[in-house]
Amino acid sequence: MSAPELEIEGLSVSFGQGTQRIQAVQEASFVVERGASYGIIGESGSGKSTILRAVAGLNEDYSGSVRIDGQEAPRPRDKRFYKRVQMVFQDPYGSLHPRRMIRATLLEPLRIFGFDNADRRIRQVLEDVGLATHFAYRYPHQLSGGQRQRVAIARALLLEPEILLLDEPTSALDVSVQAGVLNLLDALRRDRCLTYVLVSHDLRVVAHMCSRVAVMTQGRIVEELSADALREQRSHDDYTRQLIAASRGRTPLDAVNGEGAARSDPRKDAVHAK
Amino acid sequence: MTEPMLDVRNLTVAYPSHQGYTEALRRVSFRLGRGKLGIVGESGSGKSTAGRAIMRLLPPKARITADRMQFGEIDLLTASEKRMRSIRGGQIAMILQDPRYALNPLKTVLSQIIEACRIHKVGTRAEARDRAMAMLEDVHIRDPRRVAGLYPHELSGGMGQRVMIAMMLVPSPRLVIADEPTSALDVTVRGQILDILDERVEAQGAGLIFISHDLPLVGAYCDDVLVMYGGQIMERLAARDLGAAQHPYTVALNDSLPPLDRRVAVLQVPEYDSAWLQEDQP
Ligand SMILES: Nc1ncnc2c1ncn2[C@@H]1O[C@H](COP(=O)(O)OP(=O)(O)OP(=O)(O)O)[C@@H](O)[C@H]1O
Ligand SMILES: Nc1ncnc2c1ncn2[C@@H]1O[C@H](COP(=O)(O)OP(=O)(O)OP(=O)(O)O)[C@@H](O)[C@H]1O
Ligand SMILES: [Mg+2]
Ligand SMILES: [Mg+2]
Repeated sequence: MSAPELEIEGLSVSFGQGTQRIQAVQEASFVVERGASYGIIGESGSGKSTILRAVAGLNEDYSGSVRIDGQEAPRPRDKRFYKRVQMVFQDPYGSLHPRRMIRATLLEPLRIFGFDNADRRIRQVLEDVGLATHFAYRYPHQLSGGQRQRVAIARALLLEPEILLLDEPTSALDVSVQAGVLNLLDALRRDRCLTYVLVSHDLRVVAHMCSRVAVMTQGRIVEELSADALREQRSHDDYTRQLIAASRGRTPLDAVNGEGAARSDPRKDAVHAK
Repeated sequence: MTEPMLDVRNLTVAYPSHQGYTEALRRVSFRLGRGKLGIVGESGSGKSTAGRAIMRLLPPKARITADRMQFGEIDLLTASEKRMRSIRGGQIAMILQDPRYALNPLKTVLSQIIEACRIHKVGTRAEARDRAMAMLEDVHIRDPRRVAGLYPHELSGGMGQRVMIAMMLVPSPRLVIADEPTSALDVTVRGQILDILDERVEAQGAGLIFISHDLPLVGAYCDDVLVMYGGQIMERLAARDLGAAQHPYTVALNDSLPPLDRRVAVLQVPEYDSAWLQEDQP
């Protein structure tokens, strides 16, 4: 068994003072083996992004321990850390500089970390995420939501990190483009033995990509289960069971034979497209 | 047949590019009565562009042509900018794709919702405040008193979406254009938010354009669906038939969904066919 690449122990984060204070993450602990992919699912506002941001060092105000290869991550995180660990943010818009051309956004980290062949790397990584080279000459506001998200993924991949923290990385992608990006991430993980922590609301994505999955609600990890258990709905926790059940509702199948049938009352003249 | 609420014919939008202009939408036509129209399709196929064209929120350099773009009695092609300002957020509301960046970064959630209430003349300041708090509760935000005092960057992704939805529903719009409104919500909360939108459609007879990548969701939630690819409408079908669609692109979309019941090694990526795109008719 390989050494754990990423160990989180007793991680806690709080925001605000007095009555406004919130314990956004409470004593979260998990371990991700090298080459594994670990999923985090759960309630909106339960602290998933807060965990990733603390691990990435974007918020240094946490208690508990973040170890990489057995070593405590330095505070503040240093250049060496960012060579190994990269994050894809939940809002691609916010993570791309609005007045900078995509090419400049991608060039900057390559320069900082002294990579050669910058143009060839940029062309390649854009192609990998399904974007033609000419997108490098656009500004973020000239891209669609899913194109921006792919630029954010491309930027993280450029530095060839060992650990990728992925916060809803395909939430703005249609399923066909999503399939391409997930295949790419999966192949990279296997070929280069990368380690992922992936946050998503899409249980299909998590079950497909991850071997183990943590379930969060109100700042706590309430359960950790295998992807198989997630698929087979084997859970011991009430919240998890509720989440799985809800994600299986509202499917076309239900609409045909059951609950959904009553609610969908398609008005014949609702829409006419030509 | 009832008069459609929205009637769009041959809408074409082109953005300036290095080779002159590039068409992001080509001759798109659809009508919407009451009810829920889903729009699904490829990333970059023009879904948000269509929504923004109806709101007349496209960048000034974009070139827009259409044979017709009628919203009730209002001709959206010729309406003055002043008229559009009163329509936007009043009769037509759009829930934007990146909510945390669409909100004002310098104002708290509460003051933004109050402002929306004031603009749309929802009572006194105290009433607007009560209304704002009630709306945060309606969209199922835990601890609304705390969240009311937060700035947009202090919200989680899904909270941002819900705040945006709450704000957009303040003036009871007749048409809601929701661009990926639930992509950052867990399935439980998502269901509750969809019910709120549903209520508007049912009780107030509003129209809803629901742009989403979630095919199973659109199939179960909407009445009809437009499937888009490369700036064109591939097909239009009853939402409940989405799972059994005929068009090769729609079939391919369904096939690339990661299955929930078993593990597959590699997901299917569709082979695109340029024959799907119609050349300009002579
Ligand atoms: N800078 C901040 N100041 C105050 N509160 C914050 C800040 N950042 C996060 N929070 C709060 O911490 C809690 C957890 O937020 P987080 O973004 O981690 O949720 P999440 O699980 O990622 O949710 P979502 O799925 O909606 O993105 C929320 O209540 C949020 O309001
Ligand atoms: N301001 C702009 N200038 C130039 N091109 C633009 C501009 N805005 C959008 N585009 C291009 O127009 C096309 C359609 O974009 P749009 O945002 O409508 O796509 P979408 O269907 O909403 O995609 P997504 O699902 O990824 O959000 C894309 O190829 C995009 O790059
Ligand atoms: Mg989040
Ligand atoms: Mg869009």
